[in-house]
Amino acid sequence: MSQLHPQVEHLLRRAGFGVSAADLPTFRDMSPADAVDYLVDYEGRPDDVDARIGRPDHAQVTTRDLFAPDVDIDDARQRWLFRMIHTRRPLQEKMAMFWHNHFATAFSKLSADSGNLQAAKMLAHKAGILRGPQGQLELFRQFALGNFRDLLLQIAMDPAMLVWLDGQSNTKGMPQENFGREVMELFTVGVGNYTESDVYAAARVFTGWNLRESTGYSSDDMNAYQEFVYNAAEHETSAKTFSFPISGGGNHTIPSRSESAGMQDGVDLITALAVHPETARRLARKLWNFFVSDVQAPDPTFIEGTAAVYLQSGTEIRPVVRYILTSPWFNDPSMRYARYSWPAEYVARAIKEVGWQNFSLDRARAPLANMGMLLFEPPNVGGWPIGAGWFSTGTMLARSNFAATLASSQKDFLASSYQATASTPEGLLSAMLDRVTPAPFDSIPQQALMSYLLAGGAWTGSDTQLNTRTAGLARLLVGSAEYQFV
Amino acid sequence: MPVSRRLFIRNGVATLTVGLAAPRFLYDIAQAQGLSSRRLVVVYLGGGNDALNTLISYQDPSYYSRRPTIAVPAGQVLQVGTDAAGHALGLHPRLGGLWNIFNEGHLALVQRTGYQNSSRSHFEATDIWGTANPQSSTGSGWLGRYLDTLPRPLDALAAWNTSEETPRALLSAQSGVPAIPNATTYTYASPNRGAAAQQERNAAQMMAANPAMGRPHLAFVNGTSRGAIETLDRVAQASSYTPSVVYPNNGFGQALRTVAGAIVRGVGSRLYWVQTGGYDTHAQQGGGGGGGYSILMGTLGDGLWAFYSDIRNQGLANDTTVILFSEFGRRISENGSSGTDHGAAGLMVAFGGMVRGGLYGTAASLAPGSPTLENSSGDVHYETDFRSVYARVLDQWLGVNSVPVLNGDFRAGAPAIF
Repeated sequence: MSQLHPQVEHLLRRAGFGVSAADLPTFRDMSPADAVDYLVDYEGRPDDVDARIGRPDHAQVTTRDLFAPDVDIDDARQRWLFRMIHTRRPLQEKMAMFWHNHFATAFSKLSADSGNLQAAKMLAHKAGILRGPQGQLELFRQFALGNFRDLLLQIAMDPAMLVWLDGQSNTKGMPQENFGREVMELFTVGVGNYTESDVYAAARVFTGWNLRESTGYSSDDMNAYQEFVYNAAEHETSAKTFSFPISGGGNHTIPSRSESAGMQDGVDLITALAVHPETARRLARKLWNFFVSDVQAPDPTFIEGTAAVYLQSGTEIRPVVRYILTSPWFNDPSMRYARYSWPAEYVARAIKEVGWQNFSLDRARAPLANMGMLLFEPPNVGGWPIGAGWFSTGTMLARSNFAATLASSQKDFLASSYQATASTPEGLLSAMLDRVTPAPFDSIPQQALMSYLLAGGAWTGSDTQLNTRTAGLARLLVGSAEYQFV
Repeated sequence: MPVSRRLFIRNGVATLTVGLAAPRFLYDIAQAQGLSSRRLVVVYLGGGNDALNTLISYQDPSYYSRRPTIAVPAGQVLQVGTDAAGHALGLHPRLGGLWNIFNEGHLALVQRTGYQNSSRSHFEATDIWGTANPQSSTGSGWLGRYLDTLPRPLDALAAWNTSEETPRALLSAQSGVPAIPNATTYTYASPNRGAAAQQERNAAQMMAANPAMGRPHLAFVNGTSRGAIETLDRVAQASSYTPSVVYPNNGFGQALRTVAGAIVRGVGSRLYWVQTGGYDTHAQQGGGGGGGYSILMGTLGDGLWAFYSDIRNQGLANDTTVILFSEFGRRISENGSSGTDHGAAGLMVAFGGMVRGGLYGTAASLAPGSPTLENSSGDVHYETDFRSVYARVLDQWLGVNSVPVLNGDFRAGAPAIF
């Protein structure tokens, strides 16, 4: 029924955000192997998606005074959704979302600390026009398939993270444990692989990793910024001993260093954590849940294989993701639809599959919050409760109500797009299932869909009937339980 | 206005969901299903509440020496008397509402609650408070297991979660809990109107009724969809409630307002879950006069006072108990950011018309070397097992045997809060 190789469709749901009508020519004749290369080796295609914001044949954004996604968080949310829908590099945006959840940092705390404008800039600033370092999301895009150790080091110096986990006030007098704990518990090795004494030591390692303000800083100045500074005078210089090896030789201690040389402490710890075998396994488990399945426990062989690729490649992520996407686990047909979609994935895919004519992405903002995934606002540093955790009566209602909002906005477009196939209700249903891709329906929902199409009286295919029923059908498909899986 | 009635079949047993006109009737159904008139509201303070600044041992010199910038001055605390070990105690100055309830004799403060080898991880600790098993942070939750004891079929609104995600405490193999953070947006939207919209809703309901044999994850999502459709009309009842007091205009206050609406309109929920965040105060906690922690206490105290006043005005205080907990307390000494890092034992609070108010347990002595401390005197050691408080609530308030629900007997030494 589908117009694509089913495995390509699967790849594009998992390693992208689905397939729009405009994408079809690109992928129609692609083999799964070619599609993996297309997705993974994205650097050959330009990162030009932002330049297409505002084009009438694309999804729309709502501009208030001025569209300012570098400094306005709601505009940044619109830009990111726009990228998910229209990018030529879907896996880059997908991995950015993965890292956003892994290094979960929330706008609200940054905003309470530094004001709305600076908080948005710390998260979303795309370097170019304004002064100051790039925002955290751009870091995730830059390192989407890059080196994990390098990303971790950048994150430890990232202004948003320094505010979020209070590194900005980590000083030698009274070290601050927040980042020191989470870098082990959540970003790398995980609970059970470090001790309380490691937490104290890690806090001391990062003393002096602070922030400084730009000259003449004013929080409402778009060109003002905060940036990382290694504040040598605030670094605690004694030796720090850990329960795990710091260097390859099994030494567990970071030596005492002078204040001026002390920044190396953090580099040593980050390197040790990045190459720790438990970090490799933990990333492998998270990537299993992200790419392969979150309804089936990871196969230990997969974990060891993925962890080995990660460690052998020197913590590079690109070979890891290529290994996963070409692995027998990912390519097992029983893994199709074996993952609960994240709300942002759900919204982007629904828009790609149903249509975006004159649809402003700002209309997805409140629904995404009700679905439990306002971008740039994870509930806590552990990220979102993925998998079945996305689903409750309230969030499911929010999903199906978004389907209604979208279908309602596309009424005329849907009626005209499906007119040619709507001489019978069966024809309409199967044509829509070519573009809108829920998991297969059992007979009960199939009957419900057919009875809905016929509930208004005998099928005539009249304009009125088409106008009502195509939109209602799109709402039922996208709002179905079957559609909540990717 | 016509009454909308839909009869539908679930698990082979007919259950009736009725619309606008018959709240008492609904309540009767709930009663007939074994739900008594008693409700429990569980409030979770997310992030690890700094219990030492909630209930303050204001004559302990180490409290001031170890917290030079964030200690609340003795002159500002709301005094609640002296505990069995002779510690003079006072509530945070922004908890005036809770102080009122304490002075009326209906607020219990259970000091140093926790468990051996307290987890300092937010996620593991929250899960442990949920499972009620310090050895396991996975599996079902204590409130979910309580719901499993109720007669089947379980009313779809037997419990009401006001947060978006389902906390582990509410997880259960047999009893789903609807998440209804905002009753006013809890409605069914359609691209069409009139008959077409109703036909679409019927189709959605039929699709969600698919048992999806052999597809358990699909069946689970269908269950959430079905739960939503089944509860829409009753939730609308609760959201149309006009309270007798003004609730603070913040998420916590509005969640409590929703709970009060559900209780007063008699939707029949026996259990409510409310959470409020921001308690991970690693920095800028502030002292008594202001700062981040004072804002948290203001949000908490003002919201709970509005709720208690409202429920009392409606004559329902004796049917309602509220309990508060957090995943851990915080370190005794402040850090360099005028905040506190993750610690161990905390404070549980219970209030309601039938709660026996007072101070339970003893405060820690904060001088280094005290046996009431742990982790090289960095943290407060627990005195009362949190599960004994759960046991008391289950046995004496909800009226079920706590032993199977908690997978153990924790009744001995439970604070006699009822």
